[in-house]
Amino acid sequence: MSTAGSALAVVGPGLDLQSSFTSAMEGFGLSQGTAHLLWLPLPMLLVLVAAVIGVLVNVWLERKISAAVQQRIGPEYAGALGVLQPMADGLKLLFKEDVIPRRADGLLFTLGPVLVLVPVILSWLVVPFGQNLLISDVGIGVFLWIALSSIQPIGLLMSGYASNNKYSLLGGLRAAAQSISYEIPLALAVLAVVMMSNSLSTVDIVNQQSGAGILSWNIWRQPVGFLIFWICALAECERLPFDLPEAEEELVAGYQTEYAGMKFALFYLGSYINLVLSALLVAVLYLGGWGFPIPVEWLAGAIGQSVDAPLVQLITGSLGIVMTVLKAYLLVFIAILLRWTLPRVRIDQLLDLGWKFLLPIALVNLLVTAGLKLAFPAFFGG
Amino acid sequence: MTIASVTQLICFVVLSLTLVVGSLGVVLLPNIVYSAFLLAGVFLSVAGLYLMLNASFVAAAQVLVYVGAVNVLILFAIMLVNKKEEMAEIPGLLLRRVLSGAVCLGLFLLILRVDLTTPWAVPGPAPLADDSALLIGIHLFSDYLLPFELASVLLLMAMIGAIVLARRDVFSSDVITGEAADQGLLEKERTPLLLESTAGETTLLEKV
Repeated sequence: MSTAGSALAVVGPGLDLQSSFTSAMEGFGLSQGTAHLLWLPLPMLLVLVAAVIGVLVNVWLERKISAAVQQRIGPEYAGALGVLQPMADGLKLLFKEDVIPRRADGLLFTLGPVLVLVPVILSWLVVPFGQNLLISDVGIGVFLWIALSSIQPIGLLMSGYASNNKYSLLGGLRAAAQSISYEIPLALAVLAVVMMSNSLSTVDIVNQQSGAGILSWNIWRQPVGFLIFWICALAECERLPFDLPEAEEELVAGYQTEYAGMKFALFYLGSYINLVLSALLVAVLYLGGWGFPIPVEWLAGAIGQSVDAPLVQLITGSLGIVMTVLKAYLLVFIAILLRWTLPRVRIDQLLDLGWKFLLPIALVNLLVTAGLKLAFPAFFGG
Repeated sequence: MTIASVTQLICFVVLSLTLVVGSLGVVLLPNIVYSAFLLAGVFLSVAGLYLMLNASFVAAAQVLVYVGAVNVLILFAIMLVNKKEEMAEIPGLLLRRVLSGAVCLGLFLLILRVDLTTPWAVPGPAPLADDSALLIGIHLFSDYLLPFELASVLLLMAMIGAIVLARRDVFSSDVITGEAADQGLLEKERTPLLLESTAGETTLLEKV
């Protein structure tokens, strides 16, 4: 915790919107409890809206980038450059008939997509956009995300089973197998970062990388871990080249085959929210989170301002949000490019890669990190 | 009562209800797939109760291990081998049910008695909050080192056993009897899981 403490002293307390909001509400004559109650839903709603808007942007990017890869124009007529196309997609799904197949299991069929979406949204709890700009700095931080993401395969198995369709069942089973296989190297890659930060909290992990701007980001100290994490995150999101659970040529659409309307939209939302979430977590774990490539303290010092001045705090706070989102969308861009350039792997190749390659490499990475941490505590977190 | 304590009470009641009703469902429901899914709900509500006891690390570990690994594997196994077959009529089924119900009730009464007679310390020890992961680690590598290592050896044994059982075709002779492995046992005809069965469906499960 010592590194986090010293880093905190450098960064300063940052914006604390909660205390400002509650004190403003108390200024209006409300009691402290009521002010707190009014505050509680605000960050949750904000993050929920941010997640959904993130998906809309993502869908638009996917359409535009795939078009560019294939030398097409892509959506053009809905709004400038087709920016309203995702809205049109969403509205279309909203108005579609909600079909439940006659011999399907209605209850499980409805519950499946919900179980896929809810853990993904819950995981946004720990994504920090600034020192105090996250819903809750829970102590178990990134471990919460790993635990929650392990609920998802149950929803996939559920919808695969309930559809009463062989393609759906195969897709559900494949999704569960894939998810279990890639969770282990993913967790080991995270563990190496956690070992260097001495904390599971996402805020502490970012603070530990904030010493010297871009040079202190974890990607330089954990290049192997970064690659393992990114591959596993793509596999967990079921993105190409790992989209076997919904491989069109083999399984029609996997566990989504029987779904239509809003239930399908829940899967769609879930997968895109998960992609943005994974990109955000890569940014947090390996790319310095909300940190600017040059430390803002140096910049503020260069123009002779204190980091604690209100205006400087406002600017650094906004810069932090912009940097987090920018890094995340850079990774999303890479993910989309990968999707439209790489072929799909086979199921045996997928499982071989997970168990026989990534898992041993992740273990070695963990061991090497532990050794380096003991040998050079100054660079690898004492 | 403050907002926090009311929320806590509501959460406790809801979690306990899901826990009790869910566990009863796991035991009593005839459909094994429903039981397995309800088991996930039971594990999740146990994790919720841990969370209410300020044991957030244990709660997350509960979700990761029990819901994410154990329950998914149970579901996996059920969906791969589930057979839609009628159970043979067992004579005296009602008597068996009454007897097992009586045994369960007796156990419940015993536990209830222990619960009522034990002088519980109220309030309990102070929560460790975020240090719990650290302390669990320290204990695992000091005074609980032997149980920890024994558990890992046990898991290794279970894993090797599972591999030996599953790959009998590779070990060309039966491990126990020393005779050639009975391929007929391995290639059992499997009945499909889905309701409507068509001719081509035996290849279905092999594709996974």
